Amino acid sequence: MKKKIFISIFFIFLFTQKSFAYSSDPKQFITEIVEEVKKILIATNTKEYKTTKLSEIALETVDIKGIAFYSLGKYRKNITDENLKEYLRLFEKYFLKSFTSRLTDYSDPKINVLSTNILNEKYTIVKSVLIGTDKKPEVNIEWRIYTKNPEKPMIRDLIIEGLSLARTQKEEFASVIELNNGDVSKLFDTLKEFISK
Amino acid sequence: MSVKMIRKIIFIFVISLFFQTNNVVADTSGNEELNVSQESDTAQECFEGVSRAMFKFNHALDGAVFEPVAKGYRSLPAGLRKGTGNAVNNLRSLLTLTNNVLQGDFHKAADTAGRFLVNTTVGILGIWDPATALGLEDHGKEDFGQTMGVWGTSSGCYFVLPILGPTTARDAVGLVGNMFLDPVYQVTHNSGMADRSFSEHNYWYYRGTGSVDFRAKNIESFDSVEENSIDLYASLKSLYLQNRNKKILNSKSITETQNDNDWEEIDTN
Repeated sequence: MKKKIFISIFFIFLFTQKSFAYSSDPKQFITEIVEEVKKILIATNTKEYKTTKLSEIALETVDIKGIAFYSLGKYRKNITDENLKEYLRLFEKYFLKSFTSRLTDYSDPKINVLSTNILNEKYTIVKSVLIGTDKKPEVNIEWRIYTKNPEKPMIRDLIIEGLSLARTQKEEFASVIELNNGDVSKLFDTLKEFISK
Repeated sequence: MSVKMIRKIIFIFVISLFFQTNNVVADTSGNEELNVSQESDTAQECFEGVSRAMFKFNHALDGAVFEPVAKGYRSLPAGLRKGTGNAVNNLRSLLTLTNNVLQGDFHKAADTAGRFLVNTTVGILGIWDPATALGLEDHGKEDFGQTMGVWGTSSGCYFVLPILGPTTARDAVGLVGNMFLDPVYQVTHNSGMADRSFSEHNYWYYRGTGSVDFRAKNIESFDSVEENSIDLYASLKSLYLQNRNKKILNSKSITETQNDNDWEEIDTN
């Protein structure tokens, strides 16, 4: 009997650990992510630990596939299934490396989540501010949240002081492809190079 | 036809080439649509090869000179940097004031003028910023490129200037316009003015200090963009054009400055 209770408790514990669900309310969703990121970015954690944990959060909360499609722009219309599969594989690695690299240099960031603006049933913007220090100015950060599934909001873009990271990335990808006469495989080479850096 | 006339025709041709309207946007579905407000999509390159070469030169110059100077500046006491930044911004607000008026934005012009008066007097030459505490809002910087954008001038093509960095045909003309419209430039350059206690050098010190202050505040941001770009030239072009578009629209709402259409068709769940 005791054994059964122990096993039940063990599985309940295991289940709750694996399925920690973020809030479905976009503002609360971002607040929870910010709190988690703050805990990870404390100075005593190693860079490897920060990278691993931030990647886990990104995989859970960021619509990486959606951003991948967006970043490919008009070129996704003509890409073969095989190339698309390869692109999505490379993009995830590229995104996680880029995402974690941007954040691991911060220690103890102070972000206040301020308000939300519902654009339509698919998108809500959450406004926040990264508090300035004596060396860095205050930074306004807006999070584009994809809310098509209201139970599971996902981040699709970060807009820093009005400048969209996703748009910048999309235009960067387009530039690489256009410089190579529309050859998407050259973008793959560039992504591989970035990943292996 | 005289040489003068030929020169004039060439000049008009080059200017019209620069300012050609490029409002046709190819969205993600491959359709073309007319869209006035999403300029970050539209600026074509004037001469990309030259611009990329110029960009490399600027990037090297930044690494060798501007970044080390900015890092040195950042090691100064915070109060000194803050006061310097405030004083430079206070002087810069005179150009903003002129452009507020040219844009017909008299409410912002009144705030800018009020801020300048309060900060120059109570704030001792702009070193402190009591105007903000008094509720006089800082609406941000304006320049003649923005004013021309507000008047409806298209950005024209994009290129990179030596030292000054990314620009468009409109903004390059705006740079020249800024000199004529900036009271600080006039006071330091116009020999007809009665008070000659300020030399031309003073203007360039003021501009240089403003640039160093800006660079120092953005060291990590520049590093992050540099580290995470697969095509730094294209990244900075995108950021520059998005920023100009946002400033011309005088909007803080991304729904006005960003094209949402290309997100709409992406469904992943």
